[in-house]
Amino acid sequence: MEELLAILEELHPEVDFRTCCTLVEDKIIDSFDIVSLISEIHSEFDVAIPAEEIIPENFNSAAALYRLIQRLEEED
Amino acid sequence: MLFTSYEFLGFLFLLFLLYYIIPKRYQWICLLCASYLFYAFSGIKYLGYIVSTTCSTYLVCYKMEKIGEEQKNYIRLNKERLTREEKKSYKIYMKKKQWNWLLFGLIFNFSILAVCKYVNFSISNINNVLQLIKSNSRLPFLSIALPLGISYYTFQMMGYAIDIYRGKYPAERNLGKLALFASFFPQLMQGPISRFDDLSKTMFSAHSFDRKRIFFGLQRILWGFFKKLVIADRILPAVTTITHNPENYQGVYVFIGMLFYALELYADFTGGIDMVIGIGEVLGVQVKENFNRPYFSKSIKEYWNRWHISLGAWFTEYIFYPVSVCQPMLKLSKFSRNHFGEAIGKRIPVYLATILVWLITGIWHGAAWNFVVWGLMNCLVLLISQELQPCYRWFHRKFHLEGKWGFRLFQVVRTVLLMSSIRMFDCYRDVSTTFRMFFSMLTKYNFMELLNGGMLKLGISAIDYGILFIGMIILIGVSFIGRSGSVREKIAKKPIIVQFLIWYGLFLAVLLFGAYGEGYDASQFIYNQF
Repeated sequence: MEELLAILEELHPEVDFRTCCTLVEDKIIDSFDIVSLISEIHSEFDVAIPAEEIIPENFNSAAALYRLIQRLEEED
Repeated sequence: MLFTSYEFLGFLFLLFLLYYIIPKRYQWICLLCASYLFYAFSGIKYLGYIVSTTCSTYLVCYKMEKIGEEQKNYIRLNKERLTREEKKSYKIYMKKKQWNWLLFGLIFNFSILAVCKYVNFSISNINNVLQLIKSNSRLPFLSIALPLGISYYTFQMMGYAIDIYRGKYPAERNLGKLALFASFFPQLMQGPISRFDDLSKTMFSAHSFDRKRIFFGLQRILWGFFKKLVIADRILPAVTTITHNPENYQGVYVFIGMLFYALELYADFTGGIDMVIGIGEVLGVQVKENFNRPYFSKSIKEYWNRWHISLGAWFTEYIFYPVSVCQPMLKLSKFSRNHFGEAIGKRIPVYLATILVWLITGIWHGAAWNFVVWGLMNCLVLLISQELQPCYRWFHRKFHLEGKWGFRLFQVVRTVLLMSSIRMFDCYRDVSTTFRMFFSMLTKYNFMELLNGGMLKLGISAIDYGILFIGMIILIGVSFIGRSGSVREKIAKKPIIVQFLIWYGLFLAVLLFGAYGEGYDASQFIYNQF
């Protein structure tokens, strides 16, 4: 989780990713951020997030994104 | 059959009567018949196109769903026997089978679109190359007419097929219902590109005669008529005069033409969508909003999230994301990180996918180099503004202007001017003329001509300017009021006499100052050409 938070904070240093759970809804992260994030996650965790998983529920918070990474790791 | 024609109004009136007279369970069938009748008005021969797209999409989705069910059953029955690895490879095998069906559907339908829309553009380019290499041979142009709404219904149906492939919701088993989703007449002409899971919620259900909903729908249609007939069609002659005579209208005229076109396009396209949503409301079908006050945007990125929302969302979901996160792209990104550094590696997916999306967006808007350049200009501005994000953050930390009224106004004006100048590619006949006219704004100083009666030589009179000015004030006022909730709801809370005066006033405005007055002819909607 700490590694993921580091990636997110590098993207938007001004956001508190530990508490925020409306990242997509409140347009804090946009499509460019999501793609950069997926590329970073692939590089850091070796997990590929497919396009069908790009839904607000998976990207609204750091915790939701972390759960997605864990699920994809298990499925792999 | 134009929305602004008497035939369409008659068609709508008869449909409305029939729709609420027949038993409710047949309402969607009534809509399907009306939609096909509407389509047949554009030419019976074109029905074949929409029928093939509907049937092929139905078949593809049916097959994909059957494969999905087969997979579930097989895994359920062999749960104990199969190892984790065997289950995984079986799932991959079945997904591949689904993918083959999806690919067939995509290739089949996009090929129809490509042939109808782009074959003559390709022939024209090949002929240009032949001319360049001094060859005497030329390819003949094909006479293919564009079926009504082909871009809209193809994109809508392919979006649906991709959703089924992704398992987002079950495939529609009733061919008639899928045919209605493809052909729903209000949105055939200019969108929006609806999603099946959105539209199907209200499209196939029974609708009672709900007085409030029907009145709201009629009010929305009337507002659309006002925008289209009173504003867009009134300013059209001036835009045409300036952009069709680039040799005579340069310098400040180009600037005026650019702003006039921004107003015309907004009033035309949003007016058309108001009518679509209004007709939907009258029939009880909820069509999603396609605009969210785009001219109040503070950046180009925000503008594209608020203008033609359904098209932008389609491109993001079905092209931008799949291209930027596909395995080859992730591998390319990793390779670039290792060889060219972190900065380049992480930009690769975003940059390549953005360029591709804007190239396709440009071509979608029209089979001409103007639109390709228009798309790439939008892409360039978006990527530059993305790169300048650290500078913007530094600027705001230093000067604390963010959120201040004056600075917001500056951002809005900047976005409108930037978008309007990129849109000049829509108006002029070719790319070189557009660039020439753009630079004439900076080099030719003829502002005084405007004050010496130049404005009255553009094909519209002083009365037209007066009406346009009042129309614009109403447009801006309604946009401002709409920021804090539905304008119609607010009006509905006013005393009945105030409500009557507002709607009757709008009706009179359309009647007196619209296409029915002073010899105007309602023109084609700009976005009908897609």
